[in-house]
Amino acid sequence: MSDPVSALKNAAYNAGIAEISELGAVGMITLRGDLSAKVLQKAAVAAAGVNVPDQRQILTEGQGGMAWMSPDELLIMCAYEDANAKLADLQEKLAKTHALAVNVSDARAVFEVRGPDAREVMAKLAPVDLAPDQFTTGMFRRSRLAQVPTAFWMPQEDTFRLICFRSVAQYVFDVLCAAAQPGSEVEYF
Amino acid sequence: MLIVSCPCCGITAEETEFHAHGEAHITRHTVGSTDDQMETYLFMRKNPKGVHFERWRHQNGCGKWFHMARDTMTLEVFGTYSAQTYEPPEKLLAEIDAKRPGWRDTA
Ligand SMILES: [Zn+2]
Repeated sequence: MSDPVSALKNAAYNAGIAEISELGAVGMITLRGDLSAKVLQKAAVAAAGVNVPDQRQILTEGQGGMAWMSPDELLIMCAYEDANAKLADLQEKLAKTHALAVNVSDARAVFEVRGPDAREVMAKLAPVDLAPDQFTTGMFRRSRLAQVPTAFWMPQEDTFRLICFRSVAQYVFDVLCAAAQPGSEVEYF
Repeated sequence: MLIVSCPCCGITAEETEFHAHGEAHITRHTVGSTDDQMETYLFMRKNPKGVHFERWRHQNGCGKWFHMARDTMTLEVFGTYSAQTYEPPEKLLAEIDAKRPGWRDTA
């Protein structure tokens, strides 16, 4: 089997007001179906290693995690190399349920924005209220970053992780670097 | 700038996270319809100065379709509601009646 290659080969930018880095290959499985169905919940929890998150929330544990994407969609995260096995397990458990599970690991890119000004960098690009009392750890937000769709969350204070389509990874990296360029602090938050 | 609340995921955001898809509650005439009905379905749209019902999609969010009632002149959003309906909810219509008396005569 060939080695996984992430979109930007772990590109990083450390010269600005926040550190931008691509996180390499991350395992991701999209799961669609009736989120209130017990069989789907059980299968999802087994794959993700965390409970089903509430609306617009994310739960993580180590490399595992699960995010609420929409009323009928969850995103399961895991180690890249585990995705196919987890997918097979999900599909087996959901064989008799109206549901869809797909390995989307190679269709996506994941970035991290880190540092005391991380909120400012994100707030320059997304039409989301990122005030410290409005956007907090545990929340999961699908929105846009400049011109492309993204989803992001804060694994801890001062750190954002964001997911975008692989095809726009370079664009996302570039706009993040531009928003983090030296001397561009706004000091709003 | 419109401030929109998505009834599907509960997010309130400004309009660039969403996308407008035109007039709502259009009758989709199909096989067996007259030429006039087909023309109405394809081309005839209201263009009111005031209350308007539209289809929207949470394009850069949960991805779901929904309906929205808004004022095309003041940009006030009266409310949003499920896409799985043929007409606006009575409660929303009553609220619009209170805010824009007589709007139905010109709609
Ligand atoms: Zn939504």
